[in-house]
Amino acid sequence: MTQTALASAGHAAPLKEGLPGVVADWSSDQRAFKNVPWGKAMMWIFLLSDTFIFGSFLISYMTVRMSTQAPWPNPSEVFALTIAGQSIPLILIAIMTFVLISSSGTMVLAVNYGYRRDRKMTFIFLIVTAILGATFVGMQAFEWSKLIFEEGIRPWGNPMGAAQFGATFFMITGFHGTHVSIGVIFLIIVAVKVLRGSLDAERPGFLTGRRGNYEMVETMGLYWHFVDLVWVFIFAVFYLW
Amino acid sequence: MAHAEGHPHAAAHPHAATDKKQHVEGQQHPLGIYFKIWGLLFVLSAASYAVDYYHVQGYLRWTLILVFMMLKAGLIVAVFMHMVWERLALVYAILVPPLLLLVFVAIGAFEADYTFLTRGTFFGPPAQTAPATSKHK
Repeated sequence: MTQTALASAGHAAPLKEGLPGVVADWSSDQRAFKNVPWGKAMMWIFLLSDTFIFGSFLISYMTVRMSTQAPWPNPSEVFALTIAGQSIPLILIAIMTFVLISSSGTMVLAVNYGYRRDRKMTFIFLIVTAILGATFVGMQAFEWSKLIFEEGIRPWGNPMGAAQFGATFFMITGFHGTHVSIGVIFLIIVAVKVLRGSLDAERPGFLTGRRGNYEMVETMGLYWHFVDLVWVFIFAVFYLW
Repeated sequence: MAHAEGHPHAAAHPHAATDKKQHVEGQQHPLGIYFKIWGLLFVLSAASYAVDYYHVQGYLRWTLILVFMMLKAGLIVAVFMHMVWERLALVYAILVPPLLLLVFVAIGAFEADYTFLTRGTFFGPPAQTAPATSKHK
């Protein structure tokens, strides 16, 4: 936890640690988040608000599932796939989970190589992350079409049981898929910036005019890991419960 | 870098000191810890899938699902999102407010129970068959 070297590089007095540090940071009459670029602090605060959005979705899902008197469709069977003549429960969702975790791993590598100023490796890992993300969205599209066209699941009802199943499923996974898609677009934008050296040259961005720097890769990484984080909760409480 | 496995900041110092541009605020850690966490996330995901695959049911199922979920979430936030290396002022600002969601979960559960009982009272005993509720299809 000690960040003495980092602290002494940017500030005159060494920063306090522990709870006194919390009090000192917040009461410093300056920025409260020391040693953190403002873009990263703002991303964290955005992610906090997003946590509440997804939290509300999942709580509504819980409420709706607990209060219905009709039996809830068994996700293990609904999301089973028949591969080589065998019905394997939940297999597509498991693969999607591994794809998303792998993309988180490549993202963290991209951040690491970014801070080493290794443009080529950063670009490669950002693009690999984007490809894995796009794969995830593609598999989700496949899953949606299977549910809609083959199993007749609609937001207002389905042949298997509780009518609320479709509404919560499409809402929660749809919102998550949208997050992944937006993430893929921004990953490609950041990857292009890295490749053409905009971050090294500190060129202003086309939209916000912020000067390029490699902290942007880490901020992008925070968003991407959050998308993975949300999937952890969706996987547990929607697919496995 | 290799000698600094256990102490990420031992590796971060030289970079911070020699960085000629003023970007000393980034999170730079040895790659080894990322690969370990990556592997651990794979194992935990496989374990939570196994819970479903081997049809573990009842309280054991729910406990295992929640434990694996919290472990995965914790590892992602702590290491991949660098929370263990951030200052406590940021950690508390981000991680304490979501605890409010637990209050909402409790409120939602009470409300759901009430709705369930009310439906039981006004629409007859709990239906065991689906068609009654899917008339809008």
